[in-house]
Amino acid sequence: MTDTPIRILIAKPGLDGHDRGAKVLARGLRDEGFEVIYTGLRQTPEMIADAAEQEDVDVVGLSILSGAHMALLPRTVELLRERGMDEVLVAAGGIIPDADVTKLKAAGVAEIFGPGTSIGAIARYFREHVRRT
Amino acid sequence: MTHGLIEELASGARRPLARLLTRIENGDPSIRPILPELFASGHGAHVVGITGPPGSGKSTLVNALIGEWRRRGKRVGILAVDPSSPYTRGAILGDRIRMMEHAADRDVFMRSMAARGELGGLAATTWIGAAALDAAGYDPILIETVGAGQSEVEIARLAETTVVVEAPEMGDEVQAIKAGLLEVADIVAVNKGDRPGADRAARQLRAMMSTAGGRVERSPPKIMVTTATSGEGVTDLADAIEAHRAAAREPLAARDRAASQVRRALADLAGGRAVANPAWDETIQRVAERQLDPLTAAERLLDGVG
Repeated sequence: MTDTPIRILIAKPGLDGHDRGAKVLARGLRDEGFEVIYTGLRQTPEMIADAAEQEDVDVVGLSILSGAHMALLPRTVELLRERGMDEVLVAAGGIIPDADVTKLKAAGVAEIFGPGTSIGAIARYFREHVRRT
Repeated sequence: MTHGLIEELASGARRPLARLLTRIENGDPSIRPILPELFASGHGAHVVGITGPPGSGKSTLVNALIGEWRRRGKRVGILAVDPSSPYTRGAILGDRIRMMEHAADRDVFMRSMAARGELGGLAATTWIGAAALDAAGYDPILIETVGAGQSEVEIARLAETTVVVEAPEMGDEVQAIKAGLLEVADIVAVNKGDRPGADRAARQLRAMMSTAGGRVERSPPKIMVTTATSGEGVTDLADAIEAHRAAAREPLAARDRAASQVRRALADLAGGRAVANPAWDETIQRVAERQLDPLTAAERLLDGVG
């Protein structure tokens, strides 16, 4: 851990319009000392990867409630790796069935935070797992 | 290594530029030796500041300007600054929300910066970030400040052209003649032009600001009405910004900007050296105990004596 703030991009891929959770997390991580780049609703994996590249973030946090996670999350990971962002941590939050969690982790999603996870626990996870080169 | 980096920037590769901006923001000491070359390899991009109160529509207007300049075939660089928390150092950088339509455009590079404790509306490293975008061939470079109140005028010493964005509800005529933010404007955009009162606000501003005189040598700002959400007035604004480029580069204006940039750099440098003085702690303690006044203390620290 260096002493410069952790930079995280928070985005909502796909078509669902429920961003309260993403905003609450953005606010909570700000209070944990993170620099949070919030990009808003209805993003494509391409837009997210391009934004993450320009912002050189340590973490990409994806909030997804639409059920399209099996398509959107692995695609986002793939696009980030294509851009050479091998070390960036990709995490997701939302309603994701247990059966899909293993598959998503195999596809490169580092962690999945379900409903009820505290912001403190999420911040701790990022502090412990961020990789900086 | 340095040569490699400058060439990588010039090639338009985005990842090396993004990584460089991180080192710049973090005050990485490896930046210092490459600064002269970074500056020398700039292409002389037009640096345009966009400032104004929170919620006046700066980001939406920047988004509209990016679209306009892309139609004119330009590669646009953007640095957007948002405030950092004085308590946690955390920040919400939300300017991208209004600009995501350009996220995947290879000829637009947009970076969010947290002010990290600076109070003038920019981060301490924003000027180096602008130099990096210039070396990478972006022109114009738009710098969006923290939502500014009345006196965050730091942008005027960095930007060649400063656009102050106001909403129609900006206040009465006395607001328009107060010193500070409006005083540094080269162009004032009264945004949200579709709201009632926009034309009236523009008329008031024109009336109050047209009579610059006294010791002021600056020309009065151009007052324009824009509606960033519909694009109304944005072509005219882009034209006015481009037209101002020549005026901004007249020797006197360039000299004024250079002088205030060097003064700022001097203050940072002197501050850094004073803090590094081994007598720092002891000197501060003496000031705390009222044995020494702050100015004498500062002089001694600068002279290298405690």
